[in-house]
Amino acid sequence: MAETELDQVSGKTTTGHQWDGIKELNTPLPRWWVLTFYATIIWAIGYWVVYPAWPLLWSNTTGLFNYSSRADVGVELANLEKIRGDKMVVLGAASLEDIEKDPALLALARARGKAAFGDNCAPCHGSGGAGAKGYPNLNDDDWLWGGSLEQIQQTIQFGARSGNAKAHEGAMLAFGKDGILKKDEIVTVANYVRSLSGLSTSQGYNAAAGAKLFADNCASCHGENGKGNQELGAPDLTDKIWLYGSDEATVIETITNGRAGVMPAWVGRLDPSTVKALAVYVHTLGGGK
Amino acid sequence: MSFWTRHQIFEKNSIILIAGILVVIAIGGLVEITPLFYLKSTIEVVDGVRPYTPLELAGRNIYVREGCYLCHSQMIRPLRDEVERYGHFSLAAESMYDHPFQWGSKRTGPDLARVGTKYSDEWHVTHLINPRAIVPQSVMPGYPFLAKTELDPEAIADHLKTNRAVGVPYNEEQIANAVADLKAQADPDNAGTDAFAKRYPKAVIRNFDGKSGAPTEMDALVAYLQMLGTLVDFKLYNEKANLR
Repeated sequence: MAETELDQVSGKTTTGHQWDGIKELNTPLPRWWVLTFYATIIWAIGYWVVYPAWPLLWSNTTGLFNYSSRADVGVELANLEKIRGDKMVVLGAASLEDIEKDPALLALARARGKAAFGDNCAPCHGSGGAGAKGYPNLNDDDWLWGGSLEQIQQTIQFGARSGNAKAHEGAMLAFGKDGILKKDEIVTVANYVRSLSGLSTSQGYNAAAGAKLFADNCASCHGENGKGNQELGAPDLTDKIWLYGSDEATVIETITNGRAGVMPAWVGRLDPSTVKALAVYVHTLGGGK
Repeated sequence: MSFWTRHQIFEKNSIILIAGILVVIAIGGLVEITPLFYLKSTIEVVDGVRPYTPLELAGRNIYVREGCYLCHSQMIRPLRDEVERYGHFSLAAESMYDHPFQWGSKRTGPDLARVGTKYSDEWHVTHLINPRAIVPQSVMPGYPFLAKTELDPEAIADHLKTNRAVGVPYNEEQIANAVADLKAQADPDNAGTDAFAKRYPKAVIRNFDGKSGAPTEMDALVAYLQMLGTLVDFKLYNEKANLR
């Protein structure tokens, strides 16, 4: 390396590097930059000491802070239990009726229920519980599987046709697809079903034939007068509430292909006190029995 | 000769410089990557995780093809609010057979790591065809063509083979029967369901799109979505032993 020298033109010294006779001026980085650079190195050493950093032969350095993201979330969740406090424990222990009688517990259950409803139930039943085609409205007093607190809790826990051993079973048969009824018979009985709730019937409809078809095929689940049966999840056909639609084409489709909407079981996914809170929330939406 | 003078050897000889760079980078690689292969804390063995069935793998390919990962993550981080909303935080082992993984980095829609069994098949079908039919405020695009497009079974065996090449333990029998298994899983009346169940124990056999006939892309995607996050039984999972 050649000697450094003072450059006359710029007044700076050279670095001493020399390539093919070309010399290089020594223009160091700004001091603040260099100091920041050294500081980051020192910071990294501190990081090695307090956080998990270096792999060893069989394990890794755990660091003075003993940091673990999984342990942290465990602590956080335990803290959450504490924040929710004894009331949640009381909620878990109290009977559903007692929760509704105690204003403080009811408020807690409704708040917890509302949050859980938004996370889990809203995609099907709507954010306000208004439902959608095929997904029941939870604000009204029309219940497929019963609207008492216990029945709602049961439905949330095990679902309907969910595959769970305790789920509600029973489904609308596919009278057309499975060849139980002929096409014209389905049209007739569809008109009869519509007439039960005062809807218009199409021309040439034979009421007596419709009533007979209904008695022979439908009454075993929906009842002789079409009032439904909550044991079987068979809806009341005399009211104006229709899960899939009331127009003739939809009713014909329902009778032809059957219906078997699925409500998932939540028993493994949500803890028991959350299910309770949800049952109370849904029960108090407006139509609880 | 001072240290800096010696350094001129590197500066003046490009081949030696390249060799030097390789050595330095290799040290970084050895320190950062090698331990992942032998350190116990980085290799989490969890019961229940199995390779995808052909139908699920086809669904996963559709998931990637349609870019679902651009709006949906599959990674529940170990943070309180995420665990509260989505369930147990994701384990590395749960995506051990994902090539490539679908962790994602952006959530326009919700995380899907544990969406399996959360909603009904019917919901998924309706929602994929037109999300606003059931979720009025949704901004997700509709994918109505999935229900109309028959799944192309031709390439599925090759997909299994490719996955095996990168480490997914598919055996010869599974690869040879890939097309049959793909059809069997989407049709409970198929003659091959017993053989399928033997090759993929605990995999769900169902008509996912609710329509008869050959499996559609909808069948595949719903089969995939319905198994996401369902493989590990967290009642049997040892939290304490797996802290890290």
